[in-house]
Amino acid sequence: MKKIKDVSEFQELRQTLLAAYDPDQPVARVCLGPGCLALGAEKVSQTFKSALKKKKGSFKVQPLIKATGCHGFCSQGTLVSLAPLDLMYVRVKPEDVPEIVETSLIKGKAVERLLYSDNGTRYKSAAEIPFYRAQQKIVLKNVGVVDPLDIQDAIRSGAYQSMAKALLEMSPDEVLKTVEVSGLRGRGGGGFPTGYKWRRAAENARENPGPAYLIANGEEGDPGAFMDRAIMEGDPHAVIEGMIIGGFAMGAHEGFLYVRHEYPIAIQHLSVALQQARALGLVGKNILGTGFDFELHLHRGAGAYVCGEETAIIASLEGRVGEPVVRPPYPVEEGLWNRPTVINNVETWANVPHIVNMGADSYTNLGVPQSTGTKIFSLVGKVKNSGLVEVPMGISLGTLVEGIGGGVPGQGRFKAVQTGGPSGGIIPYELRDITSEGVKQEPAKAVPDEKKGLSVDFDSMAKTGSIMGGGGMIVMDDHDCVVDLARYFLRFLHEESCGKCLPCRLGLQGMLGFLDNFARGQGTPEDIDALESLGQALVDGSLCGLGRSAPNPVLTSIRYFRDEYLAHIVDHKCPAGVCRDLITYSIDPETCDGCGLCAKHCPEACISGKKKKLFTIDTAACIRCGVCREVCPVDAVLVA
Amino acid sequence: MKAKKPTKPKKPTIEIILERYPRHPQHLIGLLQDVQAAFNYISSENLNLICDYVGVPITQAWSIATFYKSFSLEPKGEHEIKVCLGTTCHLKGAERLIEGCERDLHVERGQTTGDQRFTLDTVKCVGACAEAPVVMVDNNYLGQATLISLKDQLKKL
Repeated sequence: MKKIKDVSEFQELRQTLLAAYDPDQPVARVCLGPGCLALGAEKVSQTFKSALKKKKGSFKVQPLIKATGCHGFCSQGTLVSLAPLDLMYVRVKPEDVPEIVETSLIKGKAVERLLYSDNGTRYKSAAEIPFYRAQQKIVLKNVGVVDPLDIQDAIRSGAYQSMAKALLEMSPDEVLKTVEVSGLRGRGGGGFPTGYKWRRAAENARENPGPAYLIANGEEGDPGAFMDRAIMEGDPHAVIEGMIIGGFAMGAHEGFLYVRHEYPIAIQHLSVALQQARALGLVGKNILGTGFDFELHLHRGAGAYVCGEETAIIASLEGRVGEPVVRPPYPVEEGLWNRPTVINNVETWANVPHIVNMGADSYTNLGVPQSTGTKIFSLVGKVKNSGLVEVPMGISLGTLVEGIGGGVPGQGRFKAVQTGGPSGGIIPYELRDITSEGVKQEPAKAVPDEKKGLSVDFDSMAKTGSIMGGGGMIVMDDHDCVVDLARYFLRFLHEESCGKCLPCRLGLQGMLGFLDNFARGQGTPEDIDALESLGQALVDGSLCGLGRSAPNPVLTSIRYFRDEYLAHIVDHKCPAGVCRDLITYSIDPETCDGCGLCAKHCPEACISGKKKKLFTIDTAACIRCGVCREVCPVDAVLVA
Repeated sequence: MKAKKPTKPKKPTIEIILERYPRHPQHLIGLLQDVQAAFNYISSENLNLICDYVGVPITQAWSIATFYKSFSLEPKGEHEIKVCLGTTCHLKGAERLIEGCERDLHVERGQTTGDQRFTLDTVKCVGACAEAPVVMVDNNYLGQATLISLKDQLKKL
């Protein structure tokens, strides 16, 4: 690839790429997103390539197989979408590929059995599927569409057009104003106004001449969330482009992509994207002949949850232990190497090109006044349609979980949603009927009204005691115990606390002690109050956001589920059947068909019985590991 | 162990890794990461060489190598099993998986089997939550994992 000298060469390249594009060429996009990959999507993609070789000569136009990022509908993976036929195949296995090639790529027809069907309806196009219908893809527009390892494909789809617009048609201040007016707020969870942060950094760099730095925070440590992973893997150029635009607006010439090491594919895709962008001259010196320089470095995280905190990221980039420091001074004043530094989440950066492209006014039309734009969620847990969704801010929780998510699968009953990871809360599902003003709506209908009920935006979520967070939304049903989940988060944070300040270091240990007791059915009701006040001490006294938000899961779960805590402490029962010391396993004589799988797999050999006859568990010897329940083909193992 | 190994790019020596970076404490983490990637652990000899190279006391390198989870000061097994303990995986029985592995391999989480074949570890979240519970065996993701499917996967190694 030749370096692009100026904007006309860039537009020429795009026109050439567009002209070379044949709308009749069959394209199969195989999802290699996080979910599909875990289901063996790589094999599907390889099988396509070998099947194409076998059929060489049977095509009018040679089809193109694209390995793309996440299509979103993870619970139906592996996903394959076909253009120009506009078909979406679900649960594709390698053995289905020859039929797809024969029927769809050669004959142009649909393989009916691979289409998504629900309640007797078959859906051909992805756009018709209820899971996608209520979504609005802005940031994810190109994720799952472009080949993330091919910059030409990205440029054809519009990558770097916003950068060209900003660099050539706008002044730095105009770009800054656009971001300010757009109302963009930090997508990492805090919801801090991005434009304000940028303005402060730009001013500080001007007053105190010298370099300013930009950082993309890709340390997506919240468990249960993969929005940033999907963006970095599926459309790495969007992040790079957003940072270059930011650099131009703020007068910064150097940036860092900080990506957690648990995301090797994201690191690889960003690294390739960066190389290709540099080879084309889109990153580096004199971008598009405008005289603007911007250099970008990729930095692997080394494995520390606390490095999602901005001062800890800076410490890590400087080669130190990732311990947060007291703010102020804020990074926009004294950040990396004591210079003004702007740290934004990956999703925030990826929003920037779209804001520049559509203009601030159009962007504010998306979402609600105080939370503009869209938000990406990883909708997972006990929900039928799990996956990655992008919705306008202010969508109702009911629409998100029941409409798009399709409700709880099987016999389960909705109980709660957990948002914001370890910094967020557990909010009861009944809250979906409460509007932001605290008015209760009539009970949820089969198809929830999009405008009614708890609005999913920064401020309404904060009012519930939880936070919007990075976008992890974990649905819980009546088989999930809130005491256990609160304990899980405490253990997580206790392990990840850097140990620098006392409230966080010892407070988490103390809180965990209470929760360990509760899970064993020990403690007194007064302990719940003590736990709450200890939690408040962490909120008030911790040094950084990790400690200050750490009690949220506990405090919200006590606020909404005190009865469940009391059931553990007073009745010595775990209503959800999770806490091991409070449950017993037994085999239902009505359902057991005597297959003996449970006895075969029981690690304690405490299940006995004869084949074809009833099996029984020796409760005294049982360690309640749950293996029997996992292997039982007829769900005969009961928990009480 | 059979002598059937795919041809890998030649392992860089510690000298080659050091030369990749300027002599500055800022590159301490990068150097440790490269050494970890090349040798699967950081030996005390290599730790000393890195310290001399970038000019930091051994205590500083030690504190970094023990603070960040991606570093190991002990050799890892031939295969790494990482059970994801993300929130969704936790709700869907990840604890059962890791306990099952501990029983079958006779090691605790974080340890390596006596024959150096497997290292059993946990990971905070691999970001494949929709397919929970997830286990990573070397670089492969195993989604909707059960003790049985995990055992099958390990048998294939």
